[in-house]
Amino acid sequence: MASADTTPVLELSGIGKEFGAIRALHGVDMHVQPGEVVGLMGDNGAGKSTLVKIIAGNFRPSHGEIRFGGNAVHFNRPIDARGVGIEVVYQDLALADNLTAAANVFLGRELKRKFGPLALLDHKAMAARALELFGELRSETRPDDLVKQMSGGQRQAVAIARTRLSNARLVMMDEPTAAISVRQVEQVLGLIHRLKEQGVAVMLISHRMPDVFAVCDRVIVMRRGEKRADKPIHETSPEEVTALITGAKEAA
Amino acid sequence: MAMPLESPVTFSNVGKTKWWRRGIFASQTGYVILALLVLMVVMHFASPYFFTEGNMQNVAKNFSFIAIATLGITFVIITGGIDLSVGSMMCFSAMITSMVMVELSAPGSPFVHLAADGKTVVSNVPGLILVISVLAGLCVAFIVGLVNGFCIAVLGLSPFVTTLGMLSIVRGLAYVVSNGRGSFPGGPDADYFYALTSGDVLGVPAPFIYLMILAAVMAVVLHHTGFGRHVFALGGNEKAAELTGIPVVRVKIEVYVLCALAAGLQGIIISGWLGSAPANMATSYELNVIAAAVIGGANLAGGIGGPLGAIVGCVLLEVIRNGLVLAQVNSYWQQTLVGVIIILAVLVDRIRSRMT
Repeated sequence: MASADTTPVLELSGIGKEFGAIRALHGVDMHVQPGEVVGLMGDNGAGKSTLVKIIAGNFRPSHGEIRFGGNAVHFNRPIDARGVGIEVVYQDLALADNLTAAANVFLGRELKRKFGPLALLDHKAMAARALELFGELRSETRPDDLVKQMSGGQRQAVAIARTRLSNARLVMMDEPTAAISVRQVEQVLGLIHRLKEQGVAVMLISHRMPDVFAVCDRVIVMRRGEKRADKPIHETSPEEVTALITGAKEAA
Repeated sequence: MAMPLESPVTFSNVGKTKWWRRGIFASQTGYVILALLVLMVVMHFASPYFFTEGNMQNVAKNFSFIAIATLGITFVIITGGIDLSVGSMMCFSAMITSMVMVELSAPGSPFVHLAADGKTVVSNVPGLILVISVLAGLCVAFIVGLVNGFCIAVLGLSPFVTTLGMLSIVRGLAYVVSNGRGSFPGGPDADYFYALTSGDVLGVPAPFIYLMILAAVMAVVLHHTGFGRHVFALGGNEKAAELTGIPVVRVKIEVYVLCALAAGLQGIIISGWLGSAPANMATSYELNVIAAAVIGGANLAGGIGGPLGAIVGCVLLEVIRNGLVLAQVNSYWQQTLVGVIIILAVLVDRIRSRMT
């Protein structure tokens, strides 16, 4: 166990990305330990989304190396990243409103039962597993309810439950608290704690300072495509992070 | 990996939707079924002929003539697409089928020989010509569906524009191959053809039987297979479908192929009932087919629809047409009324979803 705890689940070294003449990222080094919640902060255009997209397999980095669980990895498509255990909760959650919670959790990975040559959906097994996942996340969500009728917090739970299907080792959440109510923010932060308890590393991309300080162990600040700070949360303050984001303070 | 629960999750804050607000009861299909039943009762009192066996057979046959194509287009509509080429497709498939049948039945073709009298053509293997010609008709439908799907899913053209173009292309091809003359199913297998398309089994019209089988298959495919799930997901949120790894391009191509095949089969059946495949056959049927699907509850914005709704929409259209004839109302009113019903059906659904 001791060695598992010290091997970073994700390790980036010298990651850079250019889009034509625009340098979006430059020389980013970072690592994430299992069970660690890392906040990734930065103003619009700081390079957060580019970094997330590189880790999620949407883009290939122009420079640098990604190591996942100690091994170098090269992702060509998002499905490759998912294959090794990286899941992303997208900002708009990527849910189909017209389907049930269980159907959304299993979207693209449906459980099937064989009837001779036919493979039919195993509704019962999917509903049972979805209920189990919602239970783990302590969310009051019925597998058979339509996502259309759900609250923002429940929708978040569905999107997060999806990442729990494959025993993901790193979950990246893009602005999960941007568009929901105060009570639902509490629920989402609770969900992040559940993931952490289960040894899953979480990367929280957020603009909301209170949320980052409530759940994160460490905060990374990006500015102009570079990492400007990487500090344990108790060694910094919202004021310092704000200064780093805006550039009032160059680096820490 | 699973975490033991300290206490089971309670649903104190989340109520369960009442049964009458879920499933079919809360769908447009449910309301239209209700409207249909009311309409049929009214018809019964308006005309004593409505519920006679002959008239019911007539209604069943007539609505089956557009219902199979409606099943097909419902797949496309659920994904949020549209296919305007179904009318032309019906005509083209029917025409290819009857032309191939005539060609294979001509004296000198390897499939036939002349009987002793030197005039009557007899097929070597009864039914083989029929099978080949129907497959030929479906094959052209398959190709057209593939082209539609390729343009929409791979090239990213708009479904409306692509299939509008295809409407014209396919209709044009039908005129080209027939030189505008139309064609007639003929030869030794023509009797089988007529029996299979306009015959009946124990008083039940053959097209109605095909419809019921196809609708049952469609219900299973939509609700109990991965493909069906993906069709709904595509209509609900295409971006989500893509992000979760659903093969969006393949599913899209498949629905347009299914739609074209259904239209082709429908056309072949109609030509059996008409006894010919004229070049102007099924002109503007795409509008009836889309209208039936929409009345039955398929949402043009995508994500909602099913075989029951498709059939109910077709039945409603046919009962109105039939009822107006029986009630001796000027039959030109039919089109006007159909338009009113399309708008009413969608309006009722909008009001309902605003209330809840």
